[in-house]
Amino acid sequence: MKPRSDYEGSHADKFYRWLHGEYDPFVGKLELREEQPENPPATDGQSINREAMLRMVDDWAHNREIRAFRVLYKIASVFMCIAMMVVLLITVANLPPFGAATNPAHNEVMVRYLEKGIDETGAVNAVTGMILNYRAFDTFGETCVLFIASCCVMILLMAEEGHSSDGRLETRFEPKDDPILYRIALFLGPIVFLFGIYIILNGHLSPGGGFSGGAMIGAGLILFCNALGLEQTRRFFNEHIYKVVKVGSLVLYGITMSYYFFTGGNGLQNIIPLGTPGHLISSGMILPINIFVGLEVACTMYSFFSLFRQGSL
Amino acid sequence: MIDIFRYLLLIFLVLCAISVGFTKNLLTSIVIFMSYSLVMSVIWVLLESPDLAITEAAVGAGVTSLLFFITLKKIHAIEQSIAEERERGEGSHETKK
Repeated sequence: MKPRSDYEGSHADKFYRWLHGEYDPFVGKLELREEQPENPPATDGQSINREAMLRMVDDWAHNREIRAFRVLYKIASVFMCIAMMVVLLITVANLPPFGAATNPAHNEVMVRYLEKGIDETGAVNAVTGMILNYRAFDTFGETCVLFIASCCVMILLMAEEGHSSDGRLETRFEPKDDPILYRIALFLGPIVFLFGIYIILNGHLSPGGGFSGGAMIGAGLILFCNALGLEQTRRFFNEHIYKVVKVGSLVLYGITMSYYFFTGGNGLQNIIPLGTPGHLISSGMILPINIFVGLEVACTMYSFFSLFRQGSL
Repeated sequence: MIDIFRYLLLIFLVLCAISVGFTKNLLTSIVIFMSYSLVMSVIWVLLESPDLAITEAAVGAGVTSLLFFITLKKIHAIEQSIAEERERGEGSHETKK
């Protein structure tokens, strides 16, 4: 048993405090450059430049060079538009007809997916079996893109703490006691959430999956936030939960996929059973990965909305 | 019958896509954009890809339009028209007095 003083200052303690928002690893560590007042620009030089510039430009309507350039600009822009249109239309005209048997898309990959898809992935829905099993790496990249996008929106739009506490920004978007919106949201919100969860859990059985179900849950959160206000939404979805769910689902997705790639690449037997195709709990890793993608997408959708709306979660 | 329905949907889709760009009012153009997404999701169902239809309805018609609405509210494009209407109403009220 280590004494308490050993624990404080360790990496685990720092991570725990960072998770709870008490510790910022950059505060006090980075060297901040003080803002230096810009030198007042020399007014004389500027005015001379301005006069010279005006003299050069003042006859812009009669300047031969500028007029020639304008004519050339118009001709070149029209020419480039037409050239682009011709190239695109020729390409479209040379595309193979939709659904023809000799299309390049109809190769051995499609036959393999359709014939052995259920046996190998355990998913009745062939699309989900394809994107979450055969091409799970692509989907992982897409999930990473969502994660990075919401991080960038957070960096750009997250308001400073002192700014959001005065309540000036937040009250602007708060609902104004609209009885119709309130009643409809109370009635419709649970149905939207339930349908989203149904679509995520049935991703390997019926149309849908993590992305569409997550978008639905995100839309339900947005409806809830718009109808009942930020205070009510923060009771079950605040910044802390957002961070944990978002990072946790991406990390768990990565771990599940790494396990599958490791066992598959080395020819080992993985311990997650495929189950009976058609049952709810089946198809190996597709169900957990669907849930992780759904959580990630729901968090991203709601965070986009919330950061656009009031600059905080 | 389904062919006529399909052609109607496609014509409506093209009309929506053109009128989004030609609408002066930003709010109206976003509503037209929403209807474009809804028609597109119906067309996805007709093309036998319900997965895409669900995603199109949730993302295209739902979340994207919401983000547009919030952006319009942030840049005071919605409030401005409301305020103008209110001023007009108050002006007529004062003239009655």
